[in-house]
Amino acid sequence: MVNFECRALSKNFGHVQALENVDIRVESGRVVGLLGPNGSGKTTLIKLANGLLTPDSGEVLIGGMAPGPETKAMVSYQPDRPYLPQWMKARELIKFYEDFYPDFDTARALDMLSRLGVPSDRRIKQMSKGTQEKVQLILVMSRRARLYLLDEPIGGVDPATRDFILDTILRNFDENASIVISTHLISDVEKVLDDVVFINNGRVMLQSSVDDIRERNGMSVDALFREVFKC
Amino acid sequence: MDWQIRDDAPIYSQLVTQIKLGIAAGALSPGERLPSVRDLATEAGVNPNTMQRALQELERQGLVYSQRTSGRFVTEDTDVIENAKSSLADEQVRSFLDAMARLGYLRDDILRLLEARIREESGNGEL
Repeated sequence: MVNFECRALSKNFGHVQALENVDIRVESGRVVGLLGPNGSGKTTLIKLANGLLTPDSGEVLIGGMAPGPETKAMVSYQPDRPYLPQWMKARELIKFYEDFYPDFDTARALDMLSRLGVPSDRRIKQMSKGTQEKVQLILVMSRRARLYLLDEPIGGVDPATRDFILDTILRNFDENASIVISTHLISDVEKVLDDVVFINNGRVMLQSSVDDIRERNGMSVDALFREVFKC
Repeated sequence: MDWQIRDDAPIYSQLVTQIKLGIAAGALSPGERLPSVRDLATEAGVNPNTMQRALQELERQGLVYSQRTSGRFVTEDTDVIENAKSSLADEQVRSFLDAMARLGYLRDDILRLLEARIREESGNGEL
């Protein structure tokens, strides 16, 4: 089943072409890395998938449907910047998510919170940037969604926590779901990805499985990325 | 098992080699039941689909077999395990000889160095 699809998707901001004729398909059970340099269009693509932006042409489909209330119930989205209310405590946020999303798994969230050592009675504003990111990701990954859209989810956390988070993602997501992770920390996520999409200046440059890249080029995706996008 | 993924080759083929090594070295015994795909994938820190592909390849090579309901097992066929072991040993020898050739060593020098090394290690009780 195809959980996420872009067909000839284009988006302009004034004279700037943010995305041009993008075709992507993500089947169920796949973990896909959306990789590209800063300003390549990764966040625009993810915002289009969430219905936060509307396409100029082409279409975005989530489980075969255009973004709307039904697709929002299927998509768990981690934006690229903090969005949690500063005054709320971790415990209150979990309650909040539980009320909001029927697919939210409270036991899973509490378990991750304690395993990552986040005090549940601390307010968001009292937490470090990395801890806030942990809370955000716990909330996002505790939903039993069809599609997870994670925009730079591991940028602010230390390598040990990164491993724990990736481990959590692999352990918890079920085979009917898909995950799209946008990141430039490629070497950290490479081993957990099925496929990668290289995007540059709003265009898809390469769509391939990780092992096909390694087979063809005799190098890791990280090394290939550094070569392709050498400054 | 101690999983190590290098950068220069497909991940699934490295998983195949490492599990094969585990079987050949006896870390996984004949007839032993393997953990689930998901558990193995988490342990190795890799994508479950990649682990699945590696196990299917090992199945194709006859080193593991699956039983519909109860999971995957290491083969009980000791000939298959011996063959896997000798092909892994052969690969080691070949890559060693390649590396020595790149350093400019010829047959006699290589044999002399090997013999000296083996003598030294058996003197230390290691071999």
